[in-house]
Amino acid sequence: MNDSLVNPQSRISRLAFFHIDTPLLLGLLALIGYGLVVLYSASGQSERMVEGQLVRLGIAFAVMIGFAQINPQTIRRWSLPLFLVGTALLICVLLFGHIGKGAQRWLDLGFMKFQPSEIMKLAVPMAIAWFIASHNLPPRLHHLLIGFIMCAIPTLLIAKQPDLGTALLISTAGIFVLFMAGMSWKLIGFIIALISAFAPVLWTFFMHDYQRRRVLTFLNPESDPLGSGYHIIQSKIAIGSGGVDGKGWLQGTQSQLEFLPERHTDFIFSVLSEEFGLIGVLVLLVIYLFIIGRGLLIAARAQDNYSKLVAGSFTLTFFVYVFVNIGMVSGLLPVVGVPLPLVSYGGTSMVTMMAAFGIIMSVSTHKRSLAKT
Amino acid sequence: MLKKRVAMQDVAAETRLFNHRALFAMVFVVLMFGVIIANMYHLQVTSYQVYQTRSEGNRIKVVPLAPNRGLITDRNGILLADNRPVFSLELVPEQIDDMAATLSELAELIEISEEQQSNFLKEVRQQRRFNSIAIKEQLNDEEVAIVSVNLHRFPGVTVEARLSRHYPFGNLFTHALGYIGRINTTELARLEESEQLANYAATRDIGKIGLERYYEAELHGTMGYQEVEVNNRGRLIRVLRSVPAHSGKNIRLNLDVGLQLTAQQVLLEKRGAIVAMDPRDGAVLAFYSNPSYDPNLFVHGISSTNYNALLNSPDRPLINRVTQGIYPPASTIKPHLALLGLETNTITPSTRIWDPGFFQLPGVEHRYRDWKRWGHGWVDVYTAIVESCDTFFYDMGVKLGIDRISDYMQSMGFGEKSGIDILEESNTNMPSRGWKRARHNQPWYHGDTVAVSIGQGYWTVTPLQLLVSTAVLLNNGMQPTPHIAKELTDDLGTDSVSTSLKSSTPVVNPRNWQVIRDAMLQTVNTQKGTAFNAFRGANYTSAGKTGTAQVVSIAQDAKYDANALDERLRDNAMYIGYAPADSPTIVIAVTVENTGGGGSTAAPIARQMLDYYFSAGVNNDE
Repeated sequence: MNDSLVNPQSRISRLAFFHIDTPLLLGLLALIGYGLVVLYSASGQSERMVEGQLVRLGIAFAVMIGFAQINPQTIRRWSLPLFLVGTALLICVLLFGHIGKGAQRWLDLGFMKFQPSEIMKLAVPMAIAWFIASHNLPPRLHHLLIGFIMCAIPTLLIAKQPDLGTALLISTAGIFVLFMAGMSWKLIGFIIALISAFAPVLWTFFMHDYQRRRVLTFLNPESDPLGSGYHIIQSKIAIGSGGVDGKGWLQGTQSQLEFLPERHTDFIFSVLSEEFGLIGVLVLLVIYLFIIGRGLLIAARAQDNYSKLVAGSFTLTFFVYVFVNIGMVSGLLPVVGVPLPLVSYGGTSMVTMMAAFGIIMSVSTHKRSLAKT
Repeated sequence: MLKKRVAMQDVAAETRLFNHRALFAMVFVVLMFGVIIANMYHLQVTSYQVYQTRSEGNRIKVVPLAPNRGLITDRNGILLADNRPVFSLELVPEQIDDMAATLSELAELIEISEEQQSNFLKEVRQQRRFNSIAIKEQLNDEEVAIVSVNLHRFPGVTVEARLSRHYPFGNLFTHALGYIGRINTTELARLEESEQLANYAATRDIGKIGLERYYEAELHGTMGYQEVEVNNRGRLIRVLRSVPAHSGKNIRLNLDVGLQLTAQQVLLEKRGAIVAMDPRDGAVLAFYSNPSYDPNLFVHGISSTNYNALLNSPDRPLINRVTQGIYPPASTIKPHLALLGLETNTITPSTRIWDPGFFQLPGVEHRYRDWKRWGHGWVDVYTAIVESCDTFFYDMGVKLGIDRISDYMQSMGFGEKSGIDILEESNTNMPSRGWKRARHNQPWYHGDTVAVSIGQGYWTVTPLQLLVSTAVLLNNGMQPTPHIAKELTDDLGTDSVSTSLKSSTPVVNPRNWQVIRDAMLQTVNTQKGTAFNAFRGANYTSAGKTGTAQVVSIAQDAKYDANALDERLRDNAMYIGYAPADSPTIVIAVTVENTGGGGSTAAPIARQMLDYYFSAGVNNDE
């Protein structure tokens, strides 16, 4: 495996024939296997939930393998149309969308409900990469500006639903493309300064009450131990009481006795921390680091700029998911509804994420044929 | 061409630029993972103890277990207060799919009132869904049977048994035993002050009056507890540790069921009190106040109708007449006064006075009449006690003076609390100059002394004080402390309630004491004795003294006519006595309100009590 990490093209395995990147696949399988073990415990030993997760993982893997078969150049050609369709759907959601939990995110297609913002998680970085890569790197200022606008439109539409978490993740994915493309450090500094200045405006005009409450709770969770601070306090108790070696699988009192809210979805990391301790956390982080490292390596070795930018952006977005989720359950970041990728119980986002890995695999395995042309 | 060359240059630069950015990103990712790890280290290693403690605090709850209250039995082990299971019909809302249907089906089986149903539904809304809530309490046997047979049809419905205090003899022992009831705020504060509150965490009831209150600490026992694991909704998951409760001590009383029943039967509708004890150690053998009431009413919370009926009854059933009934002692204290006369040499056994039927203070017209209008003639101390001559005592009393009377009578227990093991004991009055000055701001007059000399006027006693003072007469100045409880038993052993006598009244000449006892013996056993008729034919020798207390003062020269007076203004009948006369094992005090003469009403009651006492051999084990 080390061998193939260093040089993915050193041998043509049977998996490579199916355009599967072996190290990435092994990393994902390790993550998913670990995740299922934790989920069994976090779901209160519900075999039904684990089976459901397996079914979704099967679909997600099928989607990943499917995307891996598509030549990056084909994907590149589809980037802009996908972006335009996604934007149109976002507008539809705002007009006709299904309202759930105070937010309007779903589009009811009759046979299924569907979240267009999931498409945009892929479409935004793809479209920006398509645009930036069609010019020389580093991008000129006006190209960057167009990139920002392409990023801002869906972000604002999603923020309006309101789904601030997803909006921020999508804009992050877009900005990662610009960053990887070589946006100047000066401009990066300027943007950070601008965002800092913009934050109070965002607070006053764009944030909903529940979002503000989340931030306030994040700043001082103990101020409201039975209300909105309850989640984060219980989560920290779960993590902290796990200690170095954890309470043991299925032995986590915080999770098994349901003191921990949303234990099988957003807070599954707390279950892992409680039952497997710091050691279990380090194992998880090593797996994530391996996947991210492999993703960045694939991006670096990609032969065209579009592939580099897309693979790099997807990988960094994956990292952001991991960091935001762990940061939020351990009290470093405010509580935003971000799942722990490929571990949390849940549907749509998992499929989107595996589609992204499919595209990364496609980038990794289609170089030879690209070189031939 | 140019464009292509520029593009060619860019490929290398672009790759270098991208690789830099990728490397930077990787370093950034590693750094951020470092932040996560540092935070994890802080939570899981540095602050481990804090979170570990909070996690345990979350899951472990301590559930207190109530101890079983100690049982109370009579001297022969017959249960007077026990704990019985009380059944209630309870429902767990979480386990019931269709509450309305379940309720209506249950209501078809047993009677459940609209009020019970609406109270239950109100409770359901306030409680957690998995808590068991009672819809009907105190099911009778039939209802328990009907519901139990049908339980399989009702998932989530149970019949729960809880221990509840029960007094099988109903009103027979009420004033001695008292009763228990729900703990109120005053009692809560008292428990907190005595640092007993924690021990009552699982206890609903507390001794309210009587022995139940006096021996609360012993009867209650020690709370146990279970450490249980609960989930976030407080539902019990499993028991981690269990420390059983330690039952309260069982109390065996000196009282005898047979004597109590006799007391109740002889008093019947009459208001009064009967109290008897062993003069040698203060063991209370009988303790009955009539009318009584059923203490079981109070255990489950008495209804206001029932309570008001008790409270407002003209017969005052709530008053414990033995210790709270305040009566003039009347002639029953003549032996005590005579003893003081002898001990102070105010009289001798041979001193005689002429009784013309009245007494006059020097230089005063007012005649203090004897109960015998034509007088007793020549009277010595024996005759004065046997025939209960008032004039003799008027004369002697005035010679003694109030100061000596007051001091001496206090030493015999008058005006003092007896120290019996119930707390409901009233203050009585042994009058003195100082008392009258303080109370009425008046000097003491000779006339006051005259009234006191025959146990009237300002002097008041409880039946229990009469009893104790009589025991002092028998014990040559040694005073027993009456105690209803005989012994307290738990697993560790049996403790006897202290029976020591205290030296209370100074003895100048023991022969004087024998004189008084002889006079009391003659009261019962000679033809002229006021209690002769009552005890004629008894197969034991007893001694005693009658008393007839005026409730209202009779105008000068007017004749007391019982029929003309309102029933509640008629004389109280009193009797004190003991047996066997030579070495007494029982001393008794009988007080009957508004029934007339002590010899005609109270003495026969004492006779029946003593008859039972000897025929049943109540105190034979001593």
